Amino acid sequence: MAIWDYANPTRFMRLADLVLPWLIGLCVLAFAAGLYMGFFVSPEDYQQGDTVRIMYIHVPAAWLSMMCYSIMALSSLGTLVWKHPLADVSAKCAAPIGAAFTFMALVTGSLWGKPMWGTYWVWDARLTSVLVLLIMYLGLMTLWRTMDDPIKAGKAAAVLTLVGALNLPIIKFSVDWWNTLHQPASVMRMDGPTIHPDLLWPLMVMAVAFTLLFFVLHLMAMRNEILRRRVRALRLRAASAASPGTAAATAQPAE
Amino acid sequence: MLALFQRDLRLAVRVGGSALVGVLFFLAVVTVIPFGVGPDLNLLARIGPAILWIGALLATLLGLDRLFQADRDDGTLDLMLMAGRPLEVVVLIKCLAHWVATGLPLVVAAPLLGIFLNLDPVAMGAVTLTLLVGTPALTLIGAIGASLTVSLRRGGLLLAVLVVPLAIPVLIFGVSSADAALHDPVPFLTPFLILCALSLIAAVVGPVASAMALRFSAE
Repeated sequence: MAIWDYANPTRFMRLADLVLPWLIGLCVLAFAAGLYMGFFVSPEDYQQGDTVRIMYIHVPAAWLSMMCYSIMALSSLGTLVWKHPLADVSAKCAAPIGAAFTFMALVTGSLWGKPMWGTYWVWDARLTSVLVLLIMYLGLMTLWRTMDDPIKAGKAAAVLTLVGALNLPIIKFSVDWWNTLHQPASVMRMDGPTIHPDLLWPLMVMAVAFTLLFFVLHLMAMRNEILRRRVRALRLRAASAASPGTAAATAQPAE
Repeated sequence: MLALFQRDLRLAVRVGGSALVGVLFFLAVVTVIPFGVGPDLNLLARIGPAILWIGALLATLLGLDRLFQADRDDGTLDLMLMAGRPLEVVVLIKCLAHWVATGLPLVVAAPLLGIFLNLDPVAMGAVTLTLLVGTPALTLIGAIGASLTVSLRRGGLLLAVLVVPLAIPVLIFGVSSADAALHDPVPFLTPFLILCALSLIAAVVGPVASAMALRFSAE
């Protein structure tokens, strides 16, 4: 399996260094194209006017907020089932990014909601469940921070991530199950998207751009986390070398 | 297993007096609400089920950090881990004992507190019934949070933050079925059965997840 070849952090770092410049380049290109299409090419909506352009930020951010949690859930499976050494690094690094995307989706959504619905916030199913998702991200990040040992913290957080993943389908289908103010799904449908192609294309390009942005940030964060853990392991080793009496207690390096 | 149940129950009732504290806290929450929203009896009757549910949720959260903490401090938890019994069952039994000691008193106290909130008998019965079915789910979900934070020194606050998002579905369907009994836009049974289903799901997911977390924390 290819993913096992990158269980070795050094090899992973080499791959990250190789891939990142290309990924960043693609991401910038996609953003340039997507923003250009969103601002200048795509027509105004006949009802919503210019505010429809908020969609090009809001919808990809909302997708990413859920994709990010899915990636964390997959990584948690990797931690618990296959004990892949980089899985909990991946999950840990995805959490702040996911929280940021969720926050962005909430903020742009309420900015969009004010002119359209006349209010910044309603307690409908989709909004509430996304807010719950944000709280879950923040709770997970707190859990990671409160435990000293990264391995232990990773396992605890993985359990919580998987339990929280039960919430994902509720968010995805909340607009279909409960008839609320938020519009039902219009792109990811069994019978094809229901929005006009002129609006769909910029949205798709922006979605690709956001996804690339996620992977860029994720790889960078993972690289930082691996370096941070190396520093921690070196410090532990130095500390145990300095005081042989406590060497037994701290002999286990983190990596 | 029966012995474990009896032991936990006895500890909970005799040592901490946690059952009484939980009910007192419940009473305090319900007392505070009318000062916040004003003593309008019609309004209180309308939001009464919600108040009782939120009070029960908060009271449950308050007692949860006791679930594994005391056993971990005196080493009992390690013995349970090494005893060779399936840890999931141990967790389930402990949750059951914890619920009998702290959740059940809340359910019993609910009708009495309902009088303060001007609930009519039907609503009172409905709220009590939903609490009876729903509070086990709160305890079982809370067990996950309790086992995750067991190795932390002051995990109680973090526990509440972790558990609340997971407990929201229980709250939604508990309150909505109590409301359905009152002014029936939907039949009472539909949300009530979903609430039962949530409790059953929690009875499966909770012990498995928290047993897993306990094993990791003991490593």
